[in-house]
Amino acid sequence: MAYLELQNLHRDFGTVKALDGIEIRLDQGEFLSLLGPSGCGKTTALRLVAGFDRPDAGAIVVDGKDITGVSPSKRDMGMVFQAYSLFPNMTAQQNVEFGLKVRGKSKTDRRTRVGELLELVGLGHAGDRYPHQLSGGMQQRVALARALAIEPRVLLLDEPLSALDAKVRVQLREEIRRIQLELGITTLYVTHDQEEALSISDHVAVMYGGKIEQMGSPAEMYSMPATPFVAEFIGTMNRLDSTVLDGGNGAVEHAGVTLTVEAARGRARGDRVLILVRPETVDLAPANGDGAANSFIGEVITQTFLGPVTRLKVVGGGASLIADVSTAKAATLPVGMRVVARLPAEGARLLELKDGPRPELHEEPAPAGR
Amino acid sequence: MRPKRRIALSAAVWLVLGVAYFLIPLLATFLFSLRSIQTGKCCSLAAYHFVLHNGDFWHTLKVSFLLALETIAISLLLFVPSIYLVHLKLPRLRPVIAFFALIPFVVPPIVLVVGLLNIYRGTPSWFYDKPSGFLAAGYVILAFPYMFFSLDAGFRSIDVHTLTEASQSLGARWPTTLFKVILPNIRTAALAGSFLALAIVLGEFTIANLAQFHTFPIFLEYVNETQPYGAAALTGISFAITWAAMLSLLFIGRKRAAGSGSVIAGVR
Amino acid sequence: METLRPDVASGRRRFPLAWLGTLPFFAYTFAFLFLPAGNVLIGAFKGVHGGWTFSNITTLFHQPYRNAYETSIEVSLTTAVLGAALGFGLAYAAIRDGTPRWIRSLLTTFSGVAANFGGIPLAFAFIATIGTIGVATQFLKNQLHIDIYGQGFSLFTKTGVEVVYLYFQVPLMLLVIAPAIGGLKREWREASSNLGASSWQFWRYIGGPVLMPSLLGAVILLFGNAFAAYATAYALTSGAVNLVPIVIGAYYSGNVLNNPHLAQALAFGMFFVLAVMMMIYVPLQRRAARWAK
Repeated sequence: MAYLELQNLHRDFGTVKALDGIEIRLDQGEFLSLLGPSGCGKTTALRLVAGFDRPDAGAIVVDGKDITGVSPSKRDMGMVFQAYSLFPNMTAQQNVEFGLKVRGKSKTDRRTRVGELLELVGLGHAGDRYPHQLSGGMQQRVALARALAIEPRVLLLDEPLSALDAKVRVQLREEIRRIQLELGITTLYVTHDQEEALSISDHVAVMYGGKIEQMGSPAEMYSMPATPFVAEFIGTMNRLDSTVLDGGNGAVEHAGVTLTVEAARGRARGDRVLILVRPETVDLAPANGDGAANSFIGEVITQTFLGPVTRLKVVGGGASLIADVSTAKAATLPVGMRVVARLPAEGARLLELKDGPRPELHEEPAPAGR
Repeated sequence: MRPKRRIALSAAVWLVLGVAYFLIPLLATFLFSLRSIQTGKCCSLAAYHFVLHNGDFWHTLKVSFLLALETIAISLLLFVPSIYLVHLKLPRLRPVIAFFALIPFVVPPIVLVVGLLNIYRGTPSWFYDKPSGFLAAGYVILAFPYMFFSLDAGFRSIDVHTLTEASQSLGARWPTTLFKVILPNIRTAALAGSFLALAIVLGEFTIANLAQFHTFPIFLEYVNETQPYGAAALTGISFAITWAAMLSLLFIGRKRAAGSGSVIAGVR
Repeated sequence: METLRPDVASGRRRFPLAWLGTLPFFAYTFAFLFLPAGNVLIGAFKGVHGGWTFSNITTLFHQPYRNAYETSIEVSLTTAVLGAALGFGLAYAAIRDGTPRWIRSLLTTFSGVAANFGGIPLAFAFIATIGTIGVATQFLKNQLHIDIYGQGFSLFTKTGVEVVYLYFQVPLMLLVIAPAIGGLKREWREASSNLGASSWQFWRYIGGPVLMPSLLGAVILLFGNAFAAYATAYALTSGAVNLVPIVIGAYYSGNVLNNPHLAQALAFGMFFVLAVMMMIYVPLQRRAARWAK
């Protein structure tokens, strides 16, 4: 049975539906990330679990018990906020022991536990410092230690790394995961950073407009996005608006070029579909006259250096593609060169294209859209 | 988004009692002012009639008002360039000036006036005996902390260096930079400080009384000793003027959220 | 980094000019703030026949001056503490969760006016309310049969002054403490609750301590505000109540003391009390600012 369940949660703020029937199940020890853009409802959901807000409908169940009506101070959950949550008038040590103090633990017990936890988060030496004397990363470590001190049943994290520098973010997220695995604590993590979610979670739930678009393992979410929104939100995708030519052999047409896409087999002729191709699966080579199968001919328009990989944009004959190639290879395909871009027959994903406006990746939830 | 809950009961009680405490004296003053001199009961506009037709009322109001304008003018002329220079080139001076602005707390009007009277007793009559001289000089000091905090907040909210450098990089010389770029941007702060100064001057009694000048508050006190109902009418009018000044201040402040200007003046 | 700082661009010649630009300011404050202040500080120690003396200061410790200081300090302390408590309660009620936003705005605006509404008009307002023939006095007497003057209350005493002072002390407190209360981050409250603490525990361990510097600073501000007040007490009691500002004022309205330096000593005494307050205030503000980060 699931350890933490969110059952059909609804929450409205005036006319805005912040949560529209959310269903989530976490097993004990599982790490689930709620991933989505601002306003998708992920923080609202977390705050409902923490008890800072009441749902308009639905229930929250922990270990079989319905805690929807329980006050936040009695839920036995540890929460790490995005920022500013450390008590400024207390040292790191005093912050961490606060939950224990409130529970009436003896001073010696507290000191021992606090020492352990500060060691766990790598701050054994900094216990006497005040929050304003600690860097952002250190503050969040203290916040984590503080949340863990009370041995909570569930650990909740509300975009804990958003306010930190990029390098610190990567470092700290790995530590959070390490500690979580070590303690085996059920964890609900909210973030808008898809790389973060994919790298440390057992499962990821992508949210948009108060609903869950898709939930699954990071690998599933990456390679098999179920909706155009998920496909856009996770990683970068080439989106090819195509029409099915022959469902028998998976032939589709995009920008005048016939492609063979395994996923299109069995579709009716004339169906409009969206072919999703990851940039790293696009193969580029200098064009030398003859076109290859499943490919577009075009010109390299831009090169964007991304470190280990360089992103090339290729445009030609009405098609526009993004291809990620190794930086070394990119040097052989300079801007202006004519290239042939080959798409894999397998591994491309296909989604049905419904008529109507395609959801754009704006920050605010679209009114009708999804 | 914050969950909207209802107002706490204790909060509601506090607010109702608080509002009542503040409104009752004002209400009472208004009712008091409507009493007729003969019967001591409601209702007559005689008190207002007396006030508004009193020559001294208009005269002292004019004196005080002009005094306020003079104080504001001198304050702006004195403080704006200095604070601008401090922000632009002499940042080390800022704590010094901020410290100066705290001194009036330790040297309140009652203390200041003693010193002022002693030092300037021998000065020529056009200064010592005129409100536009002696009083204005003192009032600029009284207004100084409020002017400073307003202007300082204003200068801090605009990036003085960037604006000045941008202006100069586009070819403007000092006067143009000052008048066309800097001043318009601190207009809100300057206005805020000016309204505070206005409120201070229109209400200042201590220095005026000890130095024996005849300003509007002095007139108020005189009426108090002679005409109780008239005094109430005057109080109402005075309060209305203060309200108008504060509301203007708020209105200006809303146009440009310029820090939290401390709206506490020293009319005690 | 290349900048277009004018002083660097046109050479060192310009640098003194900036200082020169602040000269009017310093000259003015010297002439009209420091010189008078100095006059008071120094004159307090001068003897009637020239020379230095402590006798003026020691006179302050005798009656009636001693009583004046005691009364002033007592009134200021009372209205400061009471004003702080009431002002805090009101501010908290206006800012806490659940109270509509517009109430805070309204209260702040009104406090801005009320804190200014001192001196003569305020005295009148209270005379009109609870003076001997005040509206409230009569209402209580005629409708509710409570004769407050019969019971011994009088507006024209020290107590009356305290009641009136509260009218500008409470709003002042509200204006000063509201930002500090607003600075109590929601996250602290939520984190505290999440860790199992009750509301009381939050205030005891976090809210109270964090606000304490601001609270103490506000009390000091209120103290200074009341201590230095002249006009209100004057208008209310025509100089009948024995407060230091009133005594100073009496000197200048003709009750000539044969020792002019005594007035300076009285002023010096006020300065001294306020300076002590200031020395407690400044480090408190620094502490409060640090925790507000």
